[in-house]
Amino acid sequence: MSIKGKAYIAGAYEHPLRDAPDRTTAQIHAECAKGALADAGLTKDDVDGYFCAGDAPGFGGLSMVDYMGLKNVRHTDSTETGGSSYIVHVGHAAQAIAAGKCKVALITLAGRPRQNKFFGGGGSRPGQLSDGPPEAGFENIYGGSTHNTYGMCAMRHMYEYGTTSEQLAWIKVAASHHAQWNEHAFLRDVVTVEDVVNSRMISDPLHLLDCCVVTDGGGALIVVAPEIAKSLNRPLVKVIGAGESPKGPMGGRSLDLTHSAAVWSGPPAFAEAGVKPSDIKYASIYDSFTITVLMQLEDLGFCEKGQGGKFVADGNLISGVGKLPFNTDGGGLCNNHPTNRGGITKVIEAVRQLRGEAHPKVQVANCNLAIAHGTGGSLGLRHGAGTVILERE
Amino acid sequence: MSETKTPEVRKIPAPAVSIESKPFWDAATEGRFLIKRCTSCGEAHWYPRPICPLCGSEDTVWEESPGEGVIYTFSVMRRSPTGPYAIGYVTLDEGPAMLTNFVDCDLDQLAIGQRVKLKFQDTENGPPVPVFSPV
Repeated sequence: MSIKGKAYIAGAYEHPLRDAPDRTTAQIHAECAKGALADAGLTKDDVDGYFCAGDAPGFGGLSMVDYMGLKNVRHTDSTETGGSSYIVHVGHAAQAIAAGKCKVALITLAGRPRQNKFFGGGGSRPGQLSDGPPEAGFENIYGGSTHNTYGMCAMRHMYEYGTTSEQLAWIKVAASHHAQWNEHAFLRDVVTVEDVVNSRMISDPLHLLDCCVVTDGGGALIVVAPEIAKSLNRPLVKVIGAGESPKGPMGGRSLDLTHSAAVWSGPPAFAEAGVKPSDIKYASIYDSFTITVLMQLEDLGFCEKGQGGKFVADGNLISGVGKLPFNTDGGGLCNNHPTNRGGITKVIEAVRQLRGEAHPKVQVANCNLAIAHGTGGSLGLRHGAGTVILERE
Repeated sequence: MSETKTPEVRKIPAPAVSIESKPFWDAATEGRFLIKRCTSCGEAHWYPRPICPLCGSEDTVWEESPGEGVIYTFSVMRRSPTGPYAIGYVTLDEGPAMLTNFVDCDLDQLAIGQRVKLKFQDTENGPPVPVFSPV
């Protein structure tokens, strides 16, 4: 597929200031976005793709998407190649548009190097003004961590849907049943629901055994063109669908911590693949915490919203026992969580399953369709979701 | 859930103050809680921004708020060297939800839906920050 003729540049805006002592970098990004959208005759709600590089304050594009209230963004790219980033972004945006991943891509750049009395980053020295992530001053003061911000999601999910700690515990139990067969797993002991709910409380309502492990390690993947794949002596694992989306508080209106951005990353991935959740034979689901798995399973459509507790109970995620075998390597809850980023290991175990190379005790019979899904950042603050659907050819 | 005592006050670091947020923190130093409202769409938002995250208008103005609302969710962090503390979101009566801490209360009695009111808590070498207590 070529990008030739598949995308147009419809709006452009150059900020008039050459000395900007009275604005933040985030604000200049937003003013540039507004200017380019006005030039094109579009509004921020038309934007479904956002591209930025390292000059954008915050975590990838997540802070700026949230700051600008770009509620319909379903594709982001924070490729960083220095000053050439924005030219690279035009090419990437054209690829994304040609592939149907977005229709209106916004690319922004802003910075204030003349204001050397200010400095970047999220922190601030006493008495000195900051020009870091715009949310930092209003959020970083409250002692937020992954444990307590995911705890907030679990608490609200329990309040709205009656989800219980015992139901969440089943997710860890299933992971431990799988990890016992993984010689590399950080935790290999099989645990029970009682073990989980009786482990010490870390941040209500999440117990120690609701939390993933902290490990070193890493992973890598090779994605190739069809003709390369067919020339190699390896089973054919085909990418048939992908979706992604950010999610944030967006001004704090209609905050809903009971769902993740998987509600937006999942449907386009399934649509592209031409399959539905009930077709999936194996699921790799990011398991930073038990609640992470439960919310994502609901959001991806494996069960109705609010029914995740019932869905995961009684071993339904255990390979050979339940209807949806998940994280057969033991996942982040038992196996590993290299550098606190569990996305790549989700894809790796899905590839093993599709190749038939998972441990025989956890290998799913005739595994020809798998999903790998994850969220990054914090479900309780702002995060990004990614979904891929893979098929054995 | 064994700890029921109000913990010693967790030290809150000085917030990062930017050009955008300086009016908020200056008011906080005077004990006044400001939010931003957009005069174009009429809606309030949090955290405060110069351009409305809801409608994209630059017509945003500071507005003093009594700082009252209900707990949307919370979590009591037990793994802390300075003792348990509660983080959560409050849905302000004006509409926006804001991240905060809950203080001066029995942390084991916190509940979603509970009404809370804002107070300012001192930080070290910075302006005081908004926290909430049950009313």
